[in-house]
Amino acid sequence: MKKIIALALAFMMIWSVCTAVAEDVITLKIAHIGPTTGAAALYGLATLHGAEIAVQEINEAGGKYRIELINEDDEHNVEKVINAYNAALDAGAQMILGTTTSKPCEAAGALGYTDRVFFLTPSASSTAVIEDKDNVFQICFTDPNQGRASAQYIADHQLGTKIAVIYNNADVYSTGIRDTFVEEAAAKNLEIVSESTFTDETTDFTVQVADAQNAGAEIVFLPMYYTPASMILKTAADKAYAPIFFGVDGMDGILSVEGFDTSLAEGVMLLTPFVATSKDEKVVSFVNKYQAAYNEIPIQFAADAYDGIYILVQAAEKAGITSDMSPEEACDLLIAAIQEITVDGITGSMTWDESGAVTKTPLAATIVNGEYVFED
Amino acid sequence: MIFLDNLINGLSLGSIYAIIALGYTMVYGIAKMLNFAHGDVIMIGAYVAFCGLQYWGLPPVLAIAVSMIACTVLGVTIEGLAYRPLRQAASLAVLITAIGMSYLLQNTALMIWGANPKSFPTTFINSVSIRLGRLNISIATLITIFANIVIMVSLTLFTAKTKMGKAMRCVSEDRGAAELMGINVNRTISVTFAIGSALAAIAGVLLCSSYPILQPTTGSMPGIKAFTAAVFGGIGSIPGAMLGGVLLGVIEIFGKAYISTELGDAIVFAVLIVVLLVKPTGLLGRPIREKV
Repeated sequence: MKKIIALALAFMMIWSVCTAVAEDVITLKIAHIGPTTGAAALYGLATLHGAEIAVQEINEAGGKYRIELINEDDEHNVEKVINAYNAALDAGAQMILGTTTSKPCEAAGALGYTDRVFFLTPSASSTAVIEDKDNVFQICFTDPNQGRASAQYIADHQLGTKIAVIYNNADVYSTGIRDTFVEEAAAKNLEIVSESTFTDETTDFTVQVADAQNAGAEIVFLPMYYTPASMILKTAADKAYAPIFFGVDGMDGILSVEGFDTSLAEGVMLLTPFVATSKDEKVVSFVNKYQAAYNEIPIQFAADAYDGIYILVQAAEKAGITSDMSPEEACDLLIAAIQEITVDGITGSMTWDESGAVTKTPLAATIVNGEYVFED
Repeated sequence: MIFLDNLINGLSLGSIYAIIALGYTMVYGIAKMLNFAHGDVIMIGAYVAFCGLQYWGLPPVLAIAVSMIACTVLGVTIEGLAYRPLRQAASLAVLITAIGMSYLLQNTALMIWGANPKSFPTTFINSVSIRLGRLNISIATLITIFANIVIMVSLTLFTAKTKMGKAMRCVSEDRGAAELMGINVNRTISVTFAIGSALAAIAGVLLCSSYPILQPTTGSMPGIKAFTAAVFGGIGSIPGAMLGGVLLGVIEIFGKAYISTELGDAIVFAVLIVVLLVKPTGLLGRPIREKV
C-alpha cells in the first residue's frame, strides 16, 4: 500500500508541477467508481454521466474549484471493485464518488475505512454500506427507509390493503427493503397476503406471480432491480393479472432496457426523489444538458451523481481541501464538513448525520405513457 | 385451478428444457462428448433473432430462420475447428475444450452486444392469451409445448427412417465398425451438430419469448438444467431427453409452488440424485453391459 501511495504522491507532484497555472485555483481529483459494463451497467453509466455533467458545469463556470474526474469500472463485482479502487488511488484520486451499487460499495468502503479514504455513494443504498464505517456517506435513501416510506405511501394514499411481496433473498438490497416494508405494513394495517422469493439465477417467475394472483393481492411490492422486475411484469401480463406494481429506486431504468415493451410498465409506481419531467428550473437545465450530451433521459442515479459532485465541492470548500492533499488528509476533514452542510440539489434538500445516512423527502412517481409522472 | 396453472407453467418450462436437452443428448449419443457450449449457442441464437426483430425489422418467421441458419453455421464451425481435431484425444480434453468454447461464446457476445440486458421483443406472440375460466394460458406457452412435440416426433422419425438417421445410429453404436462399413463418421457428426444447433436457435427464441431478458449469460443456467434433464431421462436417448426435460420443468415448478421458492433448484437436483441412485443410466437409458 505504501508503495502505491508513494507512487500516487509522486505522480500527483509531477502532475501539479505540469499544470500549476494559477495559485488560487484548487483542483479536486474525484474518482467515480461504478459498473460501466456488466449487468448493472445502466446504473454505472448513469452515475458517470450525471457526474460528468456536474464536472463540466463547474469547470466551465471557472470558480475557485476545478475538478478532474477519474473513472474506474467495477462491473458490479465485489472482487473487481477492489482493483478499481486501487486504480483510482493510483491515478491520484483524493475522494471517491461511488460506488454505484451496494455490494461492491460495502467491500470498497471497508477498505477505504482502513486506508482513510472518503466515499460519497450516489446510489448504494443498503445499510451495510455505511454501517461501522465513518468514511462512507450516502446521497440516496438507505434500503430500510425505502421500505418504510413505500408502506407509508401505500397506506396514506389508500392504494389497497392486500399486498404481495416478491423479493430476491440472495441480495441485501432486496431483503433490506422487504424487512422494513413488512414491519411498517403491519403497523399500518396493510395485509401481506402473499410473499415469495427468488435468487439471482431465477428466470421463471410464474410461481411467484401465480401466488400473488391467487391470493388476490391488489398491490405487488417489488423491492428489486429492474431486470427481474421486467420479467415479473411480463409474466403478470401473460396471466392477465393487473395489480398496482410498486417498486423502489432499483426499478428506475426499466424504461431504458433495449427492446422492452414499455406498455408492460404502464401504471407501475416507484419511490424516487427525482423525476426527469419535473418543472423545477435546476432539473430542467440538468435534463436538457444530459439529453444533449448522451441522447437519453437521465434516471435518478444520474441525478444523484450530479448532486454528488456538488456535495463534494461544497464539503471540500467547508473542509478547506487543497489540490495537493492526500486522500488520508482529506478524509477526516471531509467527514466533519459534510455533517455541517446543507445541499440543495436536484434530488432535494439534503443533510447528513454521523451515521452517513442522508435526510430528504421521498416522492412517488407513476409510469404513464412510458414516462415518469409525479403523483403530487 | 392453481394446480392446473402450475402444471401448464411446468410443461412450458419443461418443453424448453426438453428442446435444449435434445441438443445435448444427440451430440452425446453420437459423438460421445458433452458439448457444454450448447447453452451458449442458444444464447447466440436468441441474440441473432433479437437483432432480426429489433434492428433489421424482419418478420418473426424470417428472424427465426436467420437465427437457425446462423446457429447451424456456428455449430458446424465449432465442431470442425474445436472438436474434430480432438476426435482421438482423451474425453477429458474434449470436455475442457467444450467449456472453453462456452466462455469464448459468452465473451464474444459480451463484445458484440454489450453487457446491458436486452428485453426480447415478445409482442409478436404474446399479444393474446387464451382464457379458460380463471386460467390464462399465453400463446407463447402453447407454441412452446406444440413445438416440443413436433420436434420430438420429427427427430424420432428422422433417426428411424432416413439414411442419415440410420448412419447416426450406427455411429452411436460402434464408431469403428460404422467407419469400416463405409459410413462417413465426420460428416455424420457434423450433421448431428447442425441439427442440434438449429434446435438451439429454436430453443433460444422460445426461452426468450417466455423469459424475455437476454444477456450473455442467458444460456448458462438453462443449459445446465437441460443437461441435467438429458442425464435424468437417460443421456443419448431422444425420448429420454424429452421425458427428462418435461419432468424436470414440472418438478421445478411444483417444488417452487408447494415446497419452497428458494429450494426450487435444490429439489430438482435432489430428484436427479435419487433417480441416478435407483437407475444409474437415467429413466430411459440403455443399461450398460460390463465386459468382464
